[in-house]
Amino acid sequence: MIEFRSVSKTFADGTTAVRDFSLVLPSRTTTVFVGSSGCGKTTLLRMVNRLVEPSSGQVLIDDVDVATRNPVELRRSIGYVMQHAGLLPHRRVVDNVAVPLRLAGVGRSEATSRALAALETVGLDPALARRYPRQLSGGQQQRVGVARGLVADPNILLMDEPFGAVDPIVRDDLQQELLRLQRELDKTIVFVTHDIDEAFLLGDQVVILRRGGEVAQVGTPAEILADPADDFVRTFVGLDKARRTLHVEERAGARIVVDGDGRPAGVLGPA
Amino acid sequence: MSWLDANLGRIGDLALTHLWLSVLPVVLGLLVAVPVGWWAQRHPRLGGVLLGSGSILYTLPSLPLLTIIPVILGTSILDPLNVVVVLSLYAVALLLRTAADAFAQLPREVVDAADATGHSTWQRALRVELPLAGPVLLAGVRVVSVSTVSLVTVGALIGVSNLGSLFTEGFQRNYTFEIVTGLVAVVLLALLLDGLWVLLGRLLLPWARTERSAA
Amino acid sequence: MSDNVFVGAGQWLTDSAHWSGTDGVPARLLEHLGYTVLTVVIAAAIALPLGLWIGHTGRLRGLAVALTGSLRALPTLGLLTLVVLWVGIGLTGPILALVVLSVPPLLAGAYAGLESVDRHTIDAARGLGFTEWQVLTRVEIPLALPLIVGGFRSAVLQVVSTATVAAYIGLGGLGTYLIEGVQIRDYPMTLAGSLVVVVLALVLDAGFALAQRSAARS
Ligand SMILES: Nc1ncnc2c1ncn2[C@@H]1O[C@H](COP(=O)(O)OP(=O)(O)O)[C@@H](O)[C@H]1O
Ligand SMILES: [Mg+2]
Repeated sequence: MIEFRSVSKTFADGTTAVRDFSLVLPSRTTTVFVGSSGCGKTTLLRMVNRLVEPSSGQVLIDDVDVATRNPVELRRSIGYVMQHAGLLPHRRVVDNVAVPLRLAGVGRSEATSRALAALETVGLDPALARRYPRQLSGGQQQRVGVARGLVADPNILLMDEPFGAVDPIVRDDLQQELLRLQRELDKTIVFVTHDIDEAFLLGDQVVILRRGGEVAQVGTPAEILADPADDFVRTFVGLDKARRTLHVEERAGARIVVDGDGRPAGVLGPA
Repeated sequence: MSWLDANLGRIGDLALTHLWLSVLPVVLGLLVAVPVGWWAQRHPRLGGVLLGSGSILYTLPSLPLLTIIPVILGTSILDPLNVVVVLSLYAVALLLRTAADAFAQLPREVVDAADATGHSTWQRALRVELPLAGPVLLAGVRVVSVSTVSLVTVGALIGVSNLGSLFTEGFQRNYTFEIVTGLVAVVLLALLLDGLWVLLGRLLLPWARTERSAA
Repeated sequence: MSDNVFVGAGQWLTDSAHWSGTDGVPARLLEHLGYTVLTVVIAAAIALPLGLWIGHTGRLRGLAVALTGSLRALPTLGLLTLVVLWVGIGLTGPILALVVLSVPPLLAGAYAGLESVDRHTIDAARGLGFTEWQVLTRVEIPLALPLIVGGFRSAVLQVVSTATVAAYIGLGGLGTYLIEGVQIRDYPMTLAGSLVVVVLALVLDAGFALAQRSAARS
């Protein structure tokens, strides 16, 4: 369980990125922070592994304040998948994935074989393992980043817009991959995105943020869609758009689902 | 040509002396400049002062410095150590700036990734920052190496034997061929060392040569 | 012994006999500065037009870079002795060698200076109807001035240093004290001469630093 207790962050230049943020993130679930650019998502995420220190308030993991833990050891115990993969350009793909293991003191050959297994888990062609990161496409680099986050089998996985920089098809693929992994691995995942569809797809708990890390609404995707807290949320999740306001119509003798513009969106499957 | 035949052995000896008088300062300069440059880049204020004094050091003319150093060190003026010390000072002065620049221009997100994966300060410096600064450091080392080989010859004026001795001897004996032989030998030595540095770079920095593929 | 040499150098420098006559410090200093100015003026007459042309047109840039790089490998002492054996004793040989050595920094300062000027500024000047000559003289050169002055700074310091070495082939100047001192083992005189050259280099460098700063401001 991760808990934010009245956390605020004001940077040295005076920017207040997060103001009095409190939230509990249950274990073995995926919590998604969603909000537009600059609303403080990355800052919140980075406070979990102490890449950012809160100006006030506490972040607790299983009731232990992270401020009391050695930051380097803390980071080694948490997987972190970065926005642009954040791979080390001077290490081969397999060695990049092995970094967390090597830092934890695992021997070279064991680290390599576990890294290769992690690459297989995220569906990367093993033939690419001996390449350098810049010889990979953006989507492939992202998979490597996920493999690195998973390789040491951490209980907590932080993911900062991990699929933001890849094209929609690869993104779909990676999202499905992550859902499959989460069913198998049962991690506590904190996922950051600015894409509400991605948030609803992946999140058990979705946190919609306004500027300054202010919570607009917390809930399951269904709760939020069923009962948006205010107009900001309504607009943010697209309930004012025809795409989300679906209804059922009889057409040509069949019951089909139609969106607000009258365009067919699908059919009703068996309940 | 008979002079060349008769003196080949001696030229070989001079070249060997010249070689270590050139390599030692570059290696020493690198060993000092890299950690100090790394530190200077993390402490801009004091680091700036340090870089400034480095560039003043570099303006000091070589021959005067070669005669001042023995007085400070208490060595004999003929001691090759003086040449090594002076050229090491130049190497440090030049490489300090290179190293500070090399560390300052590392991509922010890569350094951040090193932190996020749990590198300690030392692990980050040695396993991430140092190798990534490698290509810029190598470029600096190549410049310093070439100019050091050429500067060693000045030592001949204060009696430290090296390929530069062929210049002073040739001048005294009014023998152009000896001077030309010296020039060719010095340039060849500079090229040889440069080639070795490039080779070392390829061995240590294989990733720097990979091209981005259109995968 | 080192203390003795320092004391000796102090005595040498405070001895008024060394501050007058053709072998006195002022005369040697003037000689040294004279060679420096002569060399840099000749070198600038060659390097500046060439460098400005390379920088303005972008032509022959690769050649200029290769040339300045490979000249670094050429040992100054070898060049000096060789030129004297070819041209003979006198001023011509040494000055020729010094010119060859000071062309690269001046050339590099000029073309790198012009290259540092923002392309948009130059396009804007052309758009305003400036001729190519006006673009060069009113836009590019003023903006490139700090780097051009930087080229002079390197060239002058290079010549001051190399002219010291050139005393070995009989050029005179402040290097005479060093070379003669080593030959007759008068180390106090060597040290005194070295200190004077070092002070000269530091003063010139500081002067150029100021000039560069004011060039950057204007
Ligand atoms: N290191 C920093 N120094 C100063 N301001 C920062 C820093 N990091 C982030 N900010 C500012 O804090 C705010 C929130 O940033 P961030 O958490 O990165 O937002 P998000 O990830 O939601 O786009 C932004 O206004 C950003 O400019
Ligand atoms: Mg962000």
